[in-house]
Amino acid sequence: MAGVLAQYLPPAALQLAYLIAGILFIQGLRDMTHPRTATRGNQISAAGMFLAVVVTALWFDILSPLILGAGLLVGGGIGVWLAVTVETTEMPQLVGLFNGFGGGASALVAGAELIDVLAVGDSLTIGLTATAAIAGIIGSVTFWGSLVAAGKLHGLVGDSPVSTNVGHAIKVLFLGAAVVAGLVLVIQPDALGNAPMASWVPSYWVLVAAASILGIFLVVPIGGADMPVVIALLNSYSGLAAATTGFVLGNTALIIAGTLVGASGLILTVIMCESMNRSLTNVLFGGLGGDDGDSEEMEDIYEGNIQETSPEEVVMLLETADRVVVVPGYGMAVAQAQHAVAELVELLDEHGVDVEFGIHPVAGRMPGHMNALLAEADVPYDKMRELEEVNPTFSQTDVAIVCGANDVVNPRANEDDGSPISGMPVLNVAEANTVIVNKRSLSPGFSGIPNPLFARDNTSMLFGDAKESMQDLVNDYKEATD
Amino acid sequence: MATELSAFVTNLTLFVLAAFVGYEIITKIPTNLHTPLMSGANAISGITLLGSVVVAGAGENTLATALGFLAVVMATINVVGGYLVSHFMLDQFRGGGN
Repeated sequence: MAGVLAQYLPPAALQLAYLIAGILFIQGLRDMTHPRTATRGNQISAAGMFLAVVVTALWFDILSPLILGAGLLVGGGIGVWLAVTVETTEMPQLVGLFNGFGGGASALVAGAELIDVLAVGDSLTIGLTATAAIAGIIGSVTFWGSLVAAGKLHGLVGDSPVSTNVGHAIKVLFLGAAVVAGLVLVIQPDALGNAPMASWVPSYWVLVAAASILGIFLVVPIGGADMPVVIALLNSYSGLAAATTGFVLGNTALIIAGTLVGASGLILTVIMCESMNRSLTNVLFGGLGGDDGDSEEMEDIYEGNIQETSPEEVVMLLETADRVVVVPGYGMAVAQAQHAVAELVELLDEHGVDVEFGIHPVAGRMPGHMNALLAEADVPYDKMRELEEVNPTFSQTDVAIVCGANDVVNPRANEDDGSPISGMPVLNVAEANTVIVNKRSLSPGFSGIPNPLFARDNTSMLFGDAKESMQDLVNDYKEATD
Repeated sequence: MATELSAFVTNLTLFVLAAFVGYEIITKIPTNLHTPLMSGANAISGITLLGSVVVAGAGENTLATALGFLAVVMATINVVGGYLVSHFMLDQFRGGGN
């Protein structure tokens, strides 16, 4: 017996519904190319998903509608609750967590399909076992990798990078174990014959276990500031896991949608790596940063060259400025200073100052992190400038305010001196007339190297918490201009 | 075997074409929208929900049904949460002046 729809419609109708869903996904992504149409694009994409799920549920023979309904209800409830209660600053870990669930579901579906095929008495074909093995590996790595990444972003797992040979050996070992289990699954799916557990397809679950451990060990050694790359890459994996599951089930909607996501994640990964002038291998296995830096070198550069300033002095500069550029960094996100920064920028704008944000692609913990925070604080998107757009304008800028950023404004990146960040494109704030750096201390950024920008003649340090400092600037500026 | 192979090639064709379409569109998405893009793409990857609906509903085997149920829950969290988060985020992007 088939499902409700399949009784009345030809088999091609299901394929047609999937085609429509695929078109809606693609149109949804096309609308994402502009902020004005992006909300509509998201809705179109969601409509495609709704169509695909409803048609699938009504098409196939659902022997246990109660279980299916309960699953949808529980998952939907948790999804809504998480989405509604999340703070904007917790967005990176939530995106990572959702991502993991998608990958995990793919791995479970592939396993359940293997068991189901055996249960109805069919034999496992090579096409089925091979794709299931791939979906199982990618899905499990995505699930556990995403959980670890989300844990790091949430402060539950230590976010300092470690690179040890033992760690690399463990990764190779478990990757090998997963591949061997996969080969056993493909070559001899019935290796255990009629043993009691044989119907569970044990080799698949050995593969899942090995890939799970691999996923954990892949992400644990990667430092917090490299998370934009990891999150984007895992995003790509969850798409590939879905696409591979599509091959397992022969489902075209899964293949199209999964591939789109895989492409999206991969492109973001490449953009993030290029923005750091590092290879993906270096990000994943290099273990950059985390050391406390060379304190002697730091003293050499900073000793006697650091000028401190106060909010009052900064406001005096701002009053006479024609053009101001604000460069936000992860420090702004940590201090939740985005509203204070946005208020300052709005004030300056009201007083006729040409004011913009200069945003580095890897500032923060996920692609576009700064933009999302500033959008939450009601900053119009045309005030957010990308690195290539804003860099040529620093020489005509009176005041550059660096708020909680460090490595992305380090001039040493422009010198080929073998430092961890050499060759990385940075915001050349030092070309502005005056640079104000708001930071809590002189401690190095993620790269662990000192920043000569802080010691320059035209740089003044505004020490303090980003939120308090920016709020002080807002209050003083209001007083001064009244 | 022959039909299985041709089905695989058909699927492969879809995969390759979708990859090209994805590449062309996504490279055009501005940095501003990369976070909502990621959570939206994330929601799309929950498409694996279709697979879990089929295996959870099949009811041929208790273990498969249990795994399917878990997969339905996880994929639905991914889909519903992903789209909602993107929606909230995109709502906050407003155009300056227009």
